[in-house]
Amino acid sequence: MNGATNQASSLSGNGKRPRIGVYVCHCGSNIAGTVDVAEVREWAEKRLDRSGVVVARDYKFMCSSLGQELIEKDIKDLALDRVVVAACSPHLHESTFRTACRRAGLNPYLCELASIREQVSWVHSDKVAATDKAKAVLSGAVERVARNEPLEPQHVPVNPATMVVGGGIAGIQAALEIADAGYHVYLVERDPSIGGHMAQFDKTFPTLDCAACILTPRMVSAGTHPNITLLTWSEVEKVDGYVGSFSVTVRKKARYVKTALCTGCGVCQEKCPKKVIDEVYEAGLGYRKAIFTPFPQAVPKYPVLDRSNCTYFQRGKCKACEKFCPTGAIDFEQQDEVVTLEVGNIVLATGYDLFDPRRVTQYGYGRLANVFSSLEFERLTNSAGPTHGEIVLRDGVTKPSTVGIVHCVGSRDRNFNNYCSAICCMQSLKFAHLVKERTGATVYNFYIDMRTPAKAYDEFYQRVLEEGTLFVRGKVAEVTDAARLAGENGKLIIQVEDTLAGKQRRIPVDMVVLSAALEPRHDAADVAKRFGISCSHDGWFIEKHPKLDPVATMTEGIFIAGCVTGPKDIPATVAQGAAAAARVLGHIQRREIALEPIRASVIEERCSGCRICNDLCPFNAITYIEERAVTEINPALCQGCGTCVAACPAGAIAGTGFSNEQILAQIDGLLLRNLEVPAAEPALV
Amino acid sequence: MSEQNEQFEPVIVGFTCNWCSYRAADLAGTARVKYPPNVRLIRLMCSGRLDPTFVLQALAAGADGVLITGCHPGECHYLEQNYKAMRRFRLLQRTLAQLGVEPGRVQLVWASAAEGVRLAHEIERVVEEVRALGPLNWSGSPAPRRPSWITEAIGEAEPGAVAIEVEVGA
Repeated sequence: MNGATNQASSLSGNGKRPRIGVYVCHCGSNIAGTVDVAEVREWAEKRLDRSGVVVARDYKFMCSSLGQELIEKDIKDLALDRVVVAACSPHLHESTFRTACRRAGLNPYLCELASIREQVSWVHSDKVAATDKAKAVLSGAVERVARNEPLEPQHVPVNPATMVVGGGIAGIQAALEIADAGYHVYLVERDPSIGGHMAQFDKTFPTLDCAACILTPRMVSAGTHPNITLLTWSEVEKVDGYVGSFSVTVRKKARYVKTALCTGCGVCQEKCPKKVIDEVYEAGLGYRKAIFTPFPQAVPKYPVLDRSNCTYFQRGKCKACEKFCPTGAIDFEQQDEVVTLEVGNIVLATGYDLFDPRRVTQYGYGRLANVFSSLEFERLTNSAGPTHGEIVLRDGVTKPSTVGIVHCVGSRDRNFNNYCSAICCMQSLKFAHLVKERTGATVYNFYIDMRTPAKAYDEFYQRVLEEGTLFVRGKVAEVTDAARLAGENGKLIIQVEDTLAGKQRRIPVDMVVLSAALEPRHDAADVAKRFGISCSHDGWFIEKHPKLDPVATMTEGIFIAGCVTGPKDIPATVAQGAAAAARVLGHIQRREIALEPIRASVIEERCSGCRICNDLCPFNAITYIEERAVTEINPALCQGCGTCVAACPAGAIAGTGFSNEQILAQIDGLLLRNLEVPAAEPALV
Repeated sequence: MSEQNEQFEPVIVGFTCNWCSYRAADLAGTARVKYPPNVRLIRLMCSGRLDPTFVLQALAAGADGVLITGCHPGECHYLEQNYKAMRRFRLLQRTLAQLGVEPGRVQLVWASAAEGVRLAHEIERVVEEVRALGPLNWSGSPAPRRPSWITEAIGEAEPGAVAIEVEVGA
């Protein structure tokens, strides 16, 4: 047991009755509209006095500075030693009221919140039943707080080094911000180069800047920054520790290239005889070699040898790259390297996967040659892409004279994803503009709703309208090559209901572009689990608060940025990368962070050494001490889940903050057993 | 369901995990999803913290049912502690059956932080099922747990022992 606990048990052990203040919040009409706040206050004052309530008040907004001052004044004037605020969820205002208590000289852990808004007024409509439930919830909190102990948070130092996982624009931005502030960053990327999806694009909406022109300088800065260690072709395998001192195990996959010797001259790629279809960077439209850098501006410049496609690894001979390498940098014996890095904070910016349009079978992607995915189209328009920027059909030569662009493929669709992918409208408008500009073709955009909410977006829509792109409001039913009418032969026919004209239309086109949804990474759930954060039901990482804390997670020290939290355009992604960096820098500059003192500890004199608890801890915080035949818990490793506390048959493990005494008392309080007077006990007057 | 049970408003104690189901309850609130007011929630850090004694205590102290909630299997904030909660739950169900408590009175529900609506629906379902079972009336329930300043004042060793005289004053 720690010092705080001893102090506490002596406090309640000397039979001293607590002096509890109860504060019931109206929250405007949020609570008072459904719960009779005055009645709850009066009831608490009258009926809970035996539990130690000495004062009960209600106030319009307890969280306002006046409300907080009310509590502070009572703590001082009435010598309160416990406080219960019946208001909103503790996840919202617990720290507000605990800080108020601290200001008044009361240990913040002697303050409890009773959630009568989220758990009562907002979810019930019957006023009488809601008021009764509010009383019960308050009574539970009063019984609990009477057994709370004064606690002190554990202060842990913050390692100033940071890890950023994911080298797309969000990760690059976060890494650069932190590195520029003077702290070290490990930037981990799964692919051979940083750059992410943005490196595959040609133009960016609505300004039509060239993606490479604005991205590559950032990539180079990240690659050459003295404070950034790039770990490309690497994956995080394991994360141990907690905020301030994470220990991250990273597998650096074998490149089969000695980076110390490689100059990035590219001779190996030139000489490699094996051509491989590039499914990643070129979206299946182009080739790369078995030894390759995904694109000319790749950072770092060192190539990667793809073992599964390498003639030497598969057949035992070739080694053309080794023969021609002028610096002898090829190393066929290289092995994966596993490194452990110590960092204080982690930013996850692992991005998104593109929805596979094959899943919408009626659109014919993968079956009809001239149906393209949005990423394929990006590569077609890219001057560094497989067609050098020529917009042509799958045969590689024919320019389309009519192009249909389909919005919302896999998003806003109950069969796939309910959400809006946020970028597809603008992306489709950009495509329409590029087709017009480069081929002069007739362009149709098939949309459900046009969503152009950000800066200069709607102006771009107006521009595309003026350029003569045709817009059909309706969800495309089918794309087919089965011609029925004159003029449909050899074309792709788009069957759509034009909901503005109230007509079914068949529109023959040469090329169809599907604006596919953004989806969570296929392994997002695994990654979330590895880093101890959670995913929403559709697979995006959950923010600490969707509005007020969009880049933090429920796990201290783990931040999220960019499309990992949901579809986003580039400006929003960059802003989140910078925001996550600001949060990390805040941690670093504080030098130490206070951790919630919710921990388990063994009361040695009660421990029989049965070792039942030993296998229960996934954090290896529990060890058995042979010499003393007792179990010990390492407070730095303990995460406070309380599983061992519940398991100990001797009751020898104390769960600080969630003790048996507190919880059992709360149960009695919730069930209003505290109001009953035992038969043999004289009633109190 | 007998007519009598239709009138009956059961009291159910719900145990929630700080990371998922408690947040689901918050979310249900924020989204104004309505559910019956019969469930009173207790926040634990993890479903793994649930000592089966808590369930027995709740039933003994007057609850007609207990709802245990936690993160979905594989999604535990503490990696795998919800599996331990599940094991204890199965064992507890068998014990309760031997004590004559219907299995429907103590239920385990998984709810992630994003599943406010689902949690509300599950609460509604559990309330209806417990309502159909009628009051538990677990006779012989112990006397209320009194605060230590009372038990110590009256020299009461165990909760439930007969108190002789007591003087409680501020």
